[in-house]
Amino acid sequence: MTNEELKNSFTQIFPAVTFDETGEFLNAIIPSEELLPVMKVLRSSKEFLFDYLFCLTCVDWKDHLMMVYFLKSNTHNHTIVVKAKITDTVNPQIESVYDIWKTAELNEDEVFDLFGVKFLNHPNLRRIFLEEDWVGYPLRKNYVDEHMIEL
Amino acid sequence: MILGEEDHINEEGEFVINMGPQHPSTHGVLRLKVWLDGETIKKVEPHLGYIHRSIEKMSESLSYRQYGYLTSRMDYLSAHMNNLACALVVEKALQIQVPERAQAIRVIICELARISSHILWFASAGLDLGGVTPFFYAFRDREAINNIMEETCGARLTMNYMVPGGVIADVPSNFQARVKEVLKQFKDNYHEYDEILMGNVIFQNRMMDVGVLTKEDAIALGCTGPVARASGVSCDIRKLYPYDGYEKLQFDEVILTGGDSWARCQVRMAEMLQSVHIIEQLIDNIPEGDIVAKTKNVIKLPKGEFYQRVETARGELGVYIVSDGASTPYRCKYRSPNFANLSAIPHISKGHKIGDLIAIMATIDLIIPDIDR
Repeated sequence: MTNEELKNSFTQIFPAVTFDETGEFLNAIIPSEELLPVMKVLRSSKEFLFDYLFCLTCVDWKDHLMMVYFLKSNTHNHTIVVKAKITDTVNPQIESVYDIWKTAELNEDEVFDLFGVKFLNHPNLRRIFLEEDWVGYPLRKNYVDEHMIEL
Repeated sequence: MILGEEDHINEEGEFVINMGPQHPSTHGVLRLKVWLDGETIKKVEPHLGYIHRSIEKMSESLSYRQYGYLTSRMDYLSAHMNNLACALVVEKALQIQVPERAQAIRVIICELARISSHILWFASAGLDLGGVTPFFYAFRDREAINNIMEETCGARLTMNYMVPGGVIADVPSNFQARVKEVLKQFKDNYHEYDEILMGNVIFQNRMMDVGVLTKEDAIALGCTGPVARASGVSCDIRKLYPYDGYEKLQFDEVILTGGDSWARCQVRMAEMLQSVHIIEQLIDNIPEGDIVAKTKNVIKLPKGEFYQRVETARGELGVYIVSDGASTPYRCKYRSPNFANLSAIPHISKGHKIGDLIAIMATIDLIIPDIDR
């Protein structure tokens, strides 16, 4: 499907979406509460069949966190970027997509470790890189490293 | 295997041991926690972070000329391809036209690096399963390629040769002759590799039908590179999203359908010959001209998001840059091939004997610094 067709089909299943087409891919921005039902449709519906989650990450925009999911369909060969906006930066949480794409397990562990986003219904959420008792989440913009020395 | 404090027998009678972080077959500091019933693997859980350097965080305070240099320390066997990804994302954002000479040099160097990486896999796969001789055979060719790298860019491991707009220095005058020499040596030696390791019955028995990864699982687990291609997934970025003139070159994407460790071995062996084929098309046709396009001293990317992928020796490396218009990235994310391929290990090793876990790890071919970043 072309970006235009993707946009139309996406709006039909989920009207409350906003699009951003400035970059290389089509960006669909949805509220974080709606993530799981939307992703389930994107994975299983015949017209989308997004079977390959090739990148999962998070961006800290200070007033909100943006989860970013890069999806590709090996059948239809189209790509979409789904972004889920998390407005609560103190206790950020979002549904895990592990049940849909297994590759999400380690990637979500990484985002939990470095951004502090809690994934609900994740099979084994743990600090994958840092120690269990590490204070703070290093990739957040407000992270202060107490060991850093200014020269 | 020496038992440590954390090794124990749990309530279900399963024996829980730690493989690594100082285990020779993990090729680095990876710790696998393994649940065993006798010798049969029940569950595997990877524990990471022993060499986590937070390259993504460091990149946020480095300029677009500097940040690529850190990526040589990720997958050090694909250092050229990692640097290339960082250069390409800047070129894409600023729409810089790279000179044809630079593109040809980049492709030749990257394919040499791919051969050198696969040949090291060949060496260590034999070593993991107890065959020491293939290691010495393979290092003849790896040493020759490393010498070319040293002559070209002054380094043997962390090359830092690709810069935004082209390459950092021109190739030496005897480059073409040296590369042809190495290719001839490699092709003469290739039949020996087939005989000594791939033709060895013990090696074949250890590999065949071990660690079968189905096509659906390979896609769901996000596997790329030779691991996914051995399971029948077409995922070669050089074919799907060509960069640096790969679309003009003749080569085959090696795809097998076996999905077991043996298929992964065969894919890598065949890929080396494809790389040789690519270099042969280019080596006599390097165009004359500039080696680097003119760029501003301080590179600033326009506001927005940029994604660039390249095919490293281990699969798809993606660089995701979020720019706010400043001279440093606002957020820099590396989608590394090894991190995704790692999640295949717990999945495919279930039900196998612990000795087979070594064979599986050998064919997944992990580079730990790329996982930890």
